[in-house]
Amino acid sequence: MDITVNILLTIATAATPLLIAAIGELVVERSGVLNLGVEGMMIMGAVGGFGAGYLTGSPWIGLLAAIIVGALFSLLFAVMTLSLATNQVATGLSLTLLGLGLSGMIGTSFVGQPGVRLPNLDIPGLSSIPVVGRLIFGQDPVFYISIALTAAVMWFLFRTRTGLTLRSIGDSHTSAHALGIKVIRYRYLAVIFGGACAGLAGGHLSLVYTPQWVENMSAGRGWIALALVVFASWRPWRVLAGAYIFGAVWIGQLHAQAFGIPVPSQFLSSLPYLATIVVLVLISRNKRLTMMNTPASLGQPFVPDR
Amino acid sequence: MKKLLIALMTTAAALSVAATAEAADKLKACWVYTGPIGDFGYSYQHDQGRLEVEKALGDKVETAYLENVSEGPDADRAFERLAREKCKIIFGTSFGFMDAEVKVAKKFPKVMFEHATGYKTGANLGIYNARFYEGRYVLGQIAAKESKKGLAGYIVSFPIPEVVMGINSFMLGAQSVNPDFKIKIVWVNSWFDPGKEADAAKALFDQGADIIVQHTDSTAALQVAEERKLHGFGQSSDMIKFAPNAQLTALTDEWGPYYISRVQAALDGTWKPDNVWLGIKDGAVKLAPFTNMPDDVKAMAEATTKKIAGGWNPFTGPVSKQDGSPWLKDGEVADDGTLLGMNFYVKGVDDKLPQ
Repeated sequence: MDITVNILLTIATAATPLLIAAIGELVVERSGVLNLGVEGMMIMGAVGGFGAGYLTGSPWIGLLAAIIVGALFSLLFAVMTLSLATNQVATGLSLTLLGLGLSGMIGTSFVGQPGVRLPNLDIPGLSSIPVVGRLIFGQDPVFYISIALTAAVMWFLFRTRTGLTLRSIGDSHTSAHALGIKVIRYRYLAVIFGGACAGLAGGHLSLVYTPQWVENMSAGRGWIALALVVFASWRPWRVLAGAYIFGAVWIGQLHAQAFGIPVPSQFLSSLPYLATIVVLVLISRNKRLTMMNTPASLGQPFVPDR
Repeated sequence: MKKLLIALMTTAAALSVAATAEAADKLKACWVYTGPIGDFGYSYQHDQGRLEVEKALGDKVETAYLENVSEGPDADRAFERLAREKCKIIFGTSFGFMDAEVKVAKKFPKVMFEHATGYKTGANLGIYNARFYEGRYVLGQIAAKESKKGLAGYIVSFPIPEVVMGINSFMLGAQSVNPDFKIKIVWVNSWFDPGKEADAAKALFDQGADIIVQHTDSTAALQVAEERKLHGFGQSSDMIKFAPNAQLTALTDEWGPYYISRVQAALDGTWKPDNVWLGIKDGAVKLAPFTNMPDDVKAMAEATTKKIAGGWNPFTGPVSKQDGSPWLKDGEVADDGTLLGMNFYVKGVDDKLPQ
C-alpha cells in the first residue's frame, strides 16, 4: 500500500509542472496567440525562483519571484508580437533560446549551491491518516495550486463573460475588434498570465521537484506542455488528463525497469509520449468538436486598422 | 519541434564562440561539451580543467568552448566551426562525439584533436579517458557494507561500454563484500534531466533499494536520498553540500593536469596523437572524503583505494559473465581493449543489457 501511495505522489510531482505550464499556454492560445517560448519562460522562472529562495532563505518568496519573472519575461514576447506585430513563431522560439541562455548566465553563481525546498503541506491529524492523508493533505503547495488553477481556468473560459470574450478574440480577432473589444489588451493579459504560469512551473522545478539550480534543468518540459495543449484540443480537463497520463506512464516505465521487465529501455522511455498522444487523439476524435475548440486565428498577427 | 530547437541551439552556440582578436603567438585551445558547464557534473568538471589550463599557461594560450552540443550529426558542425575559428587543439569531451570528430579531424589535418572516452583514433586524433571503474569498485564495496537490504538502485544513462564497465566494477566490488548483493537498474536514456533522475531514484527506493548509485550527472538522485534519510554517491563533482547526511563519497574527475600537459605539448610542438587511460594513481579519478559511514567501512574503502592506486585492477579473475560462462581465469587481468568495448554484464547483475 505504501508503495502505491509513493508512486501516486511521484506521479503528481512529475505532472504538476506540465499541467501548470500547459494551462497557462492554453489561455494564451485561446486568445489566438501562439507562444512557443514556454520552455524559456519556465527556465527563467526556475532560475528566478531558485535565486530569490536561495538569497532570502524563503521558498515562498522564491515561488513568488518565479511567477513574477515568468510574467515579466513573457511581457517581452507580448510587446514584440502584439505591439510590434512580429511573427509569433519566430519570436516564441527566440524567447526560448534567450531564456535558456540568459538563465544560464544569471545562474552561474548558483551552480553547486543547495537551495531551499518548499515544504509539503502538513495538517496535524489529517496528513497522517493512512493512504488518503498524504495524498490529499500532504503534498507540496504547488500541487494544490495546479488543481485549483485548472478548475479556475475552466470556469473562467466557459462560465464567464470575459472568458467568452477571450475565446471570441481567439476565433476571430477582426470581428472582435469590429465589436469594439480591446483585442490587444486582452491578449496582453493572456500572454502575461501564460508567462506567470510557466514561471510558476519553473519555480516548482527548482523549489520542489529537484531543489537545485542547474542549466537547462527544465529539460524540454516546456515543449511537452506545449504539445499537451494541442493534443488536448484546447480543453482544460483534457490538459489535466494528458499531464497525468504522461506523468503516470513516465513514472510507470521507471518502475517497470527497476522491476526488471524485459522490455528495451529505449522503448519504455518513449512510452510516455506515445501513450499521451494516443489517448488524447482518441479523446479528441470527434472532428467537429475539435474544430470548434481550435482558436481559428491562432498565430496570426493582428494590427488594428485604426 | 525539439529537434528544431536543438538545431537552433547548436547554431546559436556555434555563433556565440568568442570571436576575440587572435594574437599570432597565442595557441587557441578549444573544448566541446555535451552538457551545460553549469551542470555541476561531467561538463562542469571538464570546464574546470579548461580553467586550470588558462591559469597554468596564462597568456600563452587562449581558450574557447561550446556547451550543450548534442551528440550525433549535429556535433559535426560544432567541431568544424571550431576548426575554422583557428582552434589549434580541440578536445571533444563526450563519447557521442566520436564519429563527428573522426570526420572533422580528416578534414583539418593541421588541427590537433583529442576525444574523451572513445576508441577511434587517427593521424591527428588522440584519445584519452579516465578509469572511472576503479572508483566504482570502491563504491560497490561501501554499498555492500552500508546497505541493510543488500540491494542498491543504479541509475544509468546510455548502454555504452563506459557505463557497462562501471556497473560491472561496482558489482564486483559489492560481491567482494557480500556475494549475494543485488542491484536494480534504471536506464533514463539521458545524461542530464534532473527531474527524471529524481523520479528514477524515487522509483528505486520505493522498490526496496536503500542505497543509490548514479551514472548520470545531476545532484537530483542524491537529494532524494537525503530526503528519505538513505545513502548514495556523488558523481563527477563532490556533492556533499546537497546531501550532507546522504553522500558516502563522490566519484570525481580531475582533468586539469592532463589538459595542461597536452596543451603544453601542443605549444612545444611535441604533440602526438596518444591513447591514454588515466586512473586513481594519476590523480584523474578521485574519491571525495568518505563520510556518513563507520570507521571500519572507511578503513576498508581507503585500503582498497590504495590497492588500486598501487596498480591492482578491479577486473582481476576469477570473474564469470552474467550467464555463468567464465570470462577471466583466476588471477587473469582484463585487457583494456575488452574493457573499452565492454558489452556484457558480469555474473550477479540482474538486468538485460539494452542493445
